[in-house]
Order: sequence, then structure tokens, then C-alpha cells
Amino acid sequence: MEKLDLQALGLRALNEKLQKQTDETNQKDWEIINPRGSHAIAVGVDAPINVTVRGSTGYYCGGMNKQAHIHVDGSAGPGVAENMMSGIITIEGDASQYAGATGHGGTLVIRGNAASRCGISMKGIDIVVHGNIGHMSAFMAQSGNLVVCGDAGDALGDSIYEARLFVRGSVKSLGADCIEKEMRPKHLEILRGLLEKGECDAKPEEFKRYGSARQLYNFKIDNAY
Amino acid sequence: MCGIVGLFLKDTSLEADLGRMLSEMLVTMTDRGPDSAGIAVYNAHQEGQAKITVQADHPQTDFDGLEKKLGKAIGASVKMDVRDTHAVLIVPQASLNAAMAELRQLDPLIRIMGHGESIEIYKEVGLPETVVSRFDIVKMTGTHGIGHTRMATESAVTTMGAHPFNTGSDQCLVHNGSLSNHNSLRRKLRRENIRIETDNDTEVAAAYLTWKLQNGSSLGEALESSLHDLDGFFTFVVGTKDGFGVVRDPIACKPAVMAETESYVAFGSEYRALVNLPNIEQAQVWEPEPATVYFWNH
Repeated sequence: MEKLDLQALGLRALNEKLQKQTDETNQKDWEIINPRGSHAIAVGVDAPINVTVRGSTGYYCGGMNKQAHIHVDGSAGPGVAENMMSGIITIEGDASQYAGATGHGGTLVIRGNAASRCGISMKGIDIVVHGNIGHMSAFMAQSGNLVVCGDAGDALGDSIYEARLFVRGSVKSLGADCIEKEMRPKHLEILRGLLEKGECDAKPEEFKRYGSARQLYNFKIDNAY
Repeated sequence: MCGIVGLFLKDTSLEADLGRMLSEMLVTMTDRGPDSAGIAVYNAHQEGQAKITVQADHPQTDFDGLEKKLGKAIGASVKMDVRDTHAVLIVPQASLNAAMAELRQLDPLIRIMGHGESIEIYKEVGLPETVVSRFDIVKMTGTHGIGHTRMATESAVTTMGAHPFNTGSDQCLVHNGSLSNHNSLRRKLRRENIRIETDNDTEVAAAYLTWKLQNGSSLGEALESSLHDLDGFFTFVVGTKDGFGVVRDPIACKPAVMAETESYVAFGSEYRALVNLPNIEQAQVWEPEPATVYFWNH
């Protein structure tokens, strides 16, 4: 375990150390202390390492992550795991707005609540939220899965493409072209796997599935050039 | 961007440190807005007395003998405490309106920053660190306060464009965001004889609240109706004599974090602003909901 003090080291030096790690690294376990809400902690990591952040983070923690397992032992500011490619990011507390935005892959687990725009424009990432999510979540979501064990806010899945949304609690309102869909056996199987990965004790049968009605302008073949 | 901080003390033993804590919080938010900074502090007042915070470009000459000149004009005794470009004038509560009217006619120009029983407002162009040190905010005591650091978008970088804006006796407003209907609203409010001095969008929001309050709304009601009448992005923090309130527009893209312990309620545009507060690790920390009015009162 290598311990990095963010206040002593500075952000650039800290991120450089993490970004230098490769597939062959022997230094698998890292701990970051004194994050004090700083921005851009552990962004751009591309190695199979474990990073634990002891405290709350500011904007864009774990952005563009590949392979790494990043654990925030606190809450995360806006844009956590933005554009993540692979790996796992776990937030022990709450996540601010646009968590997991534009994520291409990997898994983001939020043990508390997520604020507005969670999973906006997600492109393949799996997001598991133990609590509630805010308004405009999964806006223009293209691919991947968003699992919400609590409630969803207004305009869930507005202008959604092919992502799957699973919500256990209430949905305040659905966005344009987002509808409730039948939960078929294959969806229950997918959801079971996601709940396991996110360490949720919820049962897949308790959830409803939402997705695209495919009725907006861009889905009509006559509008294609 | 813009950065907002707010601190409301429940534990009176922290009052001696209000200025220091608020200053640290505001300086942390410097990179959210380097153009101008300001702080409203609420502190002890004497019964029957009111405070007017004024600003002048040439304080040495402009403030020279101001208390005597004003005292003579309103026929009452006036005390003055000068801090850099600002001065706090203490006048009898009964003479407050007369004193403000008199100050507006004085030559050279004296600008009124705020008025009320306990509010003092200090704001200037420059970095939070500089502004805080010019007014020696660190040593100020008080029950609660609000700070703002500005990244100007809708109007020029001037002292009058800096926040907080005084909205009425002991009330002030700071804003992170931008309003898109401020020009039409300014024209409407001016027709209602509401005083608006700059091209700034936030001043219009402040004037809007003043107008609502003059027409019988409570501050809570005025903030509720601002959600319908103001078009644009906003996280507002308002200060009142007894406490402070928070409201975010329904889209809520301007950040806001709150923390509460048994000793205080704190607001920050980011969590970074709160990390030095006592026992922050044990605080309840959350984001205020969109389109929801929050209030804390003594």
C-alpha cells in the first residue's frame, strides 16, 4: 500500500504517479489522504490498481478511468467517473450532479444518493445507485444500464436511445420518449448481475424497467439523409 | 461560475470567529471567480440604532467630516467607522430614511451598499484574499454572514456590480448564475419606482425581491415567486436579520453544498469551501433540492 498525501504532494504530482502505473505494476494498492474536496483526483488512470480516497472529492474524480478500482470513502462532487472506459468506481456517500456522464464502460456504484443528470449521455457504463437519483437522469442515454434502488426525479430518460433503466422506487416523471417496458427474463438476469456487482441486497423482481419508445424524430427512417 | 459561501451560527461561542471562518471559506472559492468579492456580516446592534454601509472612491476626502455633515442634515448624532473604501454610519432608527435620502444627494458621490439594524456589507473589485484583508473581515464577529466571489458575465466588473446586493432592511442577496430576462424585468420594476442603479442581472433579482416585499410578500413567498418570474440560472443565497435562505432554479446546474452540525449551518458552492469548519467530518452534508426554498432562523 502506497499512501499519497494530496495536500503535501499536489494534484499534478499525485495524478502523475497514478497515471504512470501500467498493466505490469507491482504497486497494486494506493491510498490518497487529505482530498479535502479537491478536483480531478485520480483522473486518467489506466492500470489494474486499487485506489482508495479517504474523504470527499470535488469535480471529476476518476474521470476517464480505465481498469482501476477507485473507492471514494466519502462523497463525490460533480462529474464523478465522467467518461469512464472500464474498471469500477465506488462512492461510499452521495454523488453530485452528472455522475457517470458519457461513460463508455466499467461500473459506477453510488452507495448514497446521486443528484441531477446521473448517467447523462451514458454510452455503455453500468451505474448502480443504492439511493435516489435527481432530475434529468439518463438524458440522451445511448447504451449501458442505470440501476436505481430508490426513487428517480423528474424527466427520467429524456430522449433516451438504447440504455436500460431499472428503478425500484417511484419515478417522479418520465422524459420525452421514455416509457415503462416489460421486464423479461433476460432483463431480470442482467439486473441480478448488476445488483450483485453493486453489492445491493434488492431483488430484481422489485424493479421496473424503462427505455426508449423510439418515437422521436431521429428514429424515423424518413428523416434519415 | 461565481462562488458563494454562507455561515449561520447556532453556537454563540463561535461568533468571535465568524469573520475568520467566512474569510477562509471565501478565499477557497477564489478560482470560481476572480473579478470582485464581497461579504455581508450580521452582528450586534444597539437598540434604536440603524447602520448604513457606504462606499466612496476617495475615502480619505469623501468620508472626511461625513458623520457631522449627515448629523447636521438629519438633526441627530451620527457615528462613523471607516474601513478602507467603506464606512458604517450609525444613525437613530427613526432617522434612517432621512439619512439615506440625504446621502443620495451628497456630493461627492457616496454609494449606499446596505442598511439595516445589524447588516454590514463590504465589497470591492479584486480577489477575495485582497478584499477580505482590505476590510479586515477576519477580525469581524457576528451571528451569520454571506460571501461571494464573482466571475462577471452580465455586466461590468465594478464595485456596484459586486455582490452581495442589499434588497431591503437587513436583507441581502448573492447569486451564482445568469438571468436572461433581466432587461425586461428591470424596465418593469423601474416603472414600479423600484431603484435599480446598474446593468447587473443580480441587482434586478434583488430589486425584484424588494418589490415583492414592499407589496406584502414574506421573503419565503418572494423567493417562491422568483422561481416563476426569473428566467435563467440561479443559486441564490439570501441573508436576513435572523438567518439565511437558499433557493436554486429548477434546472439546478449551479452547484450548492450544505452542511449542518449542532453548531452551525454552512453553505458552499463546493465542498472545498467547507473543509476547514469545525467537526465537518461529523456534519450532515447534502445538496439543496432544485426549486425548493430553504431557511434557517435564530
